[in-house]
Amino acid sequence: MEEIEIADLRKLTQLIKDKYDYDFTDYAMSSFKRRVKRVIELYKFKSIDSLVDKLRTTPTFFNEFVSEITVNVTEMFRDPTFWKALRDQILPNILLNHNQISIWHAGCSSGEEVFSMAILLKEMDILDRVNIVATDIDDAIIAKAKKGAISIKNMELNGKNYERFEGKYTIEQYFTEQNSTVIVNPELINKVSFRKHDLVNGAVFSKFDLVLCRNVMIYFNQTLQNDVLYKLHESLFRYGYLSIGSKESLIWCDVANKFIVVNNEEKIYKKIKD
Amino acid sequence: MGKFNLSNKYKAIVIGGSAGSFQPVTKLLSKIPKSFPLPIFLCLHRLKHVRHGFVEALSIKSNKPVVEPADKESIKRGNVYLAPANYHMGIELGNSVSLTTDDLVNNSRPSIDVMFETAAYAYRDKLIGILLSGANKDGALGMAKIKYHGGTTVIQDPEESMINTMPSAAQNYTKVDYCLVTEEIIKFMLELNSIYKD
Repeated sequence: MEEIEIADLRKLTQLIKDKYDYDFTDYAMSSFKRRVKRVIELYKFKSIDSLVDKLRTTPTFFNEFVSEITVNVTEMFRDPTFWKALRDQILPNILLNHNQISIWHAGCSSGEEVFSMAILLKEMDILDRVNIVATDIDDAIIAKAKKGAISIKNMELNGKNYERFEGKYTIEQYFTEQNSTVIVNPELINKVSFRKHDLVNGAVFSKFDLVLCRNVMIYFNQTLQNDVLYKLHESLFRYGYLSIGSKESLIWCDVANKFIVVNNEEKIYKKIKD
Repeated sequence: MGKFNLSNKYKAIVIGGSAGSFQPVTKLLSKIPKSFPLPIFLCLHRLKHVRHGFVEALSIKSNKPVVEPADKESIKRGNVYLAPANYHMGIELGNSVSLTTDDLVNNSRPSIDVMFETAAYAYRDKLIGILLSGANKDGALGMAKIKYHGGTTVIQDPEESMINTMPSAAQNYTKVDYCLVTEEIIKFMLELNSIYKD
């Protein structure tokens, strides 16, 4: 297949912006290009022009496109040391001053991070004191997350991560097997509010004690990362915590001086200024 | 003119490897002078859940700093960049590194193909790709992409490679420019270095 050029991608993002009010203009080019190429191959389009035409003429295709273009690869307890830090350091600190806690998973994908959080909170015996909001740009993936279903083949990795996290029990006890999937026990997630929200175009909608936005902004360029970090900052109570991916950084962004580093290894920051 | 007929057009070097590549890479890093003028990007298959130790192990004998970049970190000429565990490392237009967590490619994350393809697009004919010993064919398609954009490709001689699947796969995918044993790859790098010094 021929190379997709930046000009082609510009045509695509412009159409989407004009017609569907989604803005992929400031997505990081190299990964966005790979995702577009993937969609072209998956649907056997002849070229990127045919994909653009399809989107121009077939609005019903757009949701599918969004599902395929967004990255939904995730694992439970990714970076077990991060989850240990939450359990042993961050949450106990929040609990010193709060009876009720609010947590936002920004870009929750198929929910693995939310399930991990629910298990962690359950094991800390504070699940009923926590309000969890989980959002994503992709309707289909939110529907999947709500169901709490995970493919059985992913459970080996999830289980290993859980062991490294040194959870109290075994991961299996939180799931019921159904055909080729496992379903997370409903009492863990029935209070979670799963909603659609677009970090790029969406407004700030609430304030939280802890925001997790891990390995989401890596798909954006620096301009967009900077804009989104303003929103994440605004979505935190003062002295609330922000967690980003282990290889992400906020040192260069505008709101950097409104945070202090609490755990540099796990990239956990605390908001100290409004 | 040197043995390898190189020029000073190059802007970056990408190196990929898997099983059996640790030794040639460390040897290479121990021989490349601190003043070597191009950024070097390393994508070596590694355990997904072990975040620490690898960069340190590579640093021991390296004359140049080896770093695992943060997402969107600006590329500095003098650095050696190692793809972090469980992330793909790509090159963005505009001289920065990007990291992603999307699907495994060739059963790998980091994947050599991902790094080579994005680098080939960013650096076009000003890129050198080196593919070392390894037990799968990750990187072979990436080498073809580097050739497609006019870059220069080097493989570790399959005869010398501990496991030759990877360099041999590259030969099947594209017409590789140089097939060299580790000592010659070192000479290749030193010749390149001397061109930039003049």
